[in-house]
Amino acid sequence: MSLAPKLAFRNLFHDRLRLIATVIGIVFSIVLVTIQMGLYVSFERMVTVMIDHADADLWIVPRGTKCFEDPSLLDERERFRALSVAGVASAAPLVIGFAQWRTPTGGNTPIFMIGSDPRDAKLRPWNLIEGSADALAIPGAVAIDRSYFDRLETTRLGDYAEIGDQKVQVLAISNGIRSFTTTPYVFAAIDRARAYTGTAANKASYFLVRVTPGANVIDVRNRLRAQLSDVEVLTTGEFRDRSANFWLFGTGAGAALFAGALLGLIVGTVIVAQTLYSSTKDHLNEFATLRAIGSAGTYIHQVIIYQALLSAVIGFTIAAVIGWIVVVATADTALPVVITPLMTVMLLLLTVTMCVLSAVAAILKVMRIDPAMVFTR
Amino acid sequence: MTVAPAIEAIDIVKFLGDGAGRVQALKGVGLAVSGGEMTLLMGPSGSGKTTLLSILGCMLTPTSGTVLLGGQTITGANPEQLAKIRRENIGFVFQSYHLFPTLTALDNVRLALDVRGDNSARAQQKSKEALARVGLALKMKSYPRELSGGEQQRVAIARAIVGSASIILADEPTAALDSENGHAIMVLLAEIAKDRERGVLVVTHDPRIVPFANRIVRIEDGKIVGEERAETKANSKRGRSRAL
Repeated sequence: MSLAPKLAFRNLFHDRLRLIATVIGIVFSIVLVTIQMGLYVSFERMVTVMIDHADADLWIVPRGTKCFEDPSLLDERERFRALSVAGVASAAPLVIGFAQWRTPTGGNTPIFMIGSDPRDAKLRPWNLIEGSADALAIPGAVAIDRSYFDRLETTRLGDYAEIGDQKVQVLAISNGIRSFTTTPYVFAAIDRARAYTGTAANKASYFLVRVTPGANVIDVRNRLRAQLSDVEVLTTGEFRDRSANFWLFGTGAGAALFAGALLGLIVGTVIVAQTLYSSTKDHLNEFATLRAIGSAGTYIHQVIIYQALLSAVIGFTIAAVIGWIVVVATADTALPVVITPLMTVMLLLLTVTMCVLSAVAAILKVMRIDPAMVFTR
Repeated sequence: MTVAPAIEAIDIVKFLGDGAGRVQALKGVGLAVSGGEMTLLMGPSGSGKTTLLSILGCMLTPTSGTVLLGGQTITGANPEQLAKIRRENIGFVFQSYHLFPTLTALDNVRLALDVRGDNSARAQQKSKEALARVGLALKMKSYPRELSGGEQQRVAIARAIVGSASIILADEPTAALDSENGHAIMVLLAEIAKDRERGVLVVTHDPRIVPFANRIVRIEDGKIVGEERAETKANSKRGRSRAL
């Protein structure tokens, strides 16, 4: 086995204090990037969670709709016109809107209503841990998420409360349907949701379209666009992208997360570059000796790159453990940090890239070494 | 048939520095080192010894003049080509040893082969043999900090000879050693210089090592000012043995 990795390892561990500084730099950088990107992924998922869980090929939305939570109204006539378009199998209305939840103790808290037809529900609560989505057909039935028990002062299935002075009963409880706005989602039958949100009986927020088997979604979308006026017809992917772009970039939240991640990368690169450079300077005599005894430039570069890679592996391993702790600690919060396997691989590549780039300054330094200096030291 | 010197410098001129600080370190120097002999290059500080050693060691290129290695010119070689020439032909022994403190004696020696891309089991074996030859068979796993100055210089010598270099260049190899260790090192270098395939050039201003040399070349102010053949200790012993 070549001595280059051994030399790199020994150089790295020879000065423990510098190694600690290097690793702290990498860990700080990668943890910061992980959290920022984890929040970004989590945020992106949360802002499109309803669209992702809806059973729809196409969405008919009010013109100018920016995101799912943008409450404008459509007329039922549009639904009937949509149903007359070739390739449309169904067009189910969905009502969304804000309402007031009155707790048993008399307190009020805002909620976000989602109402769909219980007989043809295209957006039903999921991950139910108690009760049943079919129970929403019962007059006054609602579904809430367990994470909002405190906010809604609810403790169990069957509890009563009021929405807009109308009595409701919790007949389904989900786990993990959380809103990034912190306003609890409450599912109900569409007629009840209309009543709670003050929506007229002939209005709906969206129509969720399923196309007939074998029909081309894009063709149907284009026919709907041609047939319907004053509305927009979007595929699920288009609506998802629009919602995500609005929340991530229209509000600046995504840019802020990216900026944080970029800052982490820059800080990490600078710290690693500085420590590697300083380590190289300290071992300049040894590199000059290597050069004097005839080592090729690439051999010396290898030693430095190995040092950078070793630092990357150590730093990434520690950062991964911290990242995992953060994921577990935030799992039940309003905005959990999400780390996907792909993200983990990308972060490892990013760490390696960052460390190798950091080695450039050190490599440039050794490239200028005069081997004859060994005679004067 | 005449055998070409292991290394030969012909009419070497070297300027160092720039502008007002520009000085002529070597003024048309010629020096040849042949296999099977130890040549001492002696001179006061600033005489140009180290500059000449750097040029012979293919670390510096002369301003003018020619360096022949085994009869072949190396003029015009770029830094990477010079590095290749060094690793394949030249072994170095430095005044302050220049061992790697984080590597064992064995790995320090093996490094000379490793930079050639030879990291085989044979390389390991050759390194052990080189260490055994310099009397450090029992200290292979020792780190430089665990070795005396004399032992460290022996490791450096083992590193210089492990690759079968045709020329060994030693820069003040005894300067950092007490007289006992300095003597031992010179005995070792003299032994190495007996190999007809290998020449040894020692730069020094230590008169105590003169008896070990076959030839003494004196340099002053960038010029060779004298050269003499010497009766070496080794030769003397041989002669005495023969007489007996």
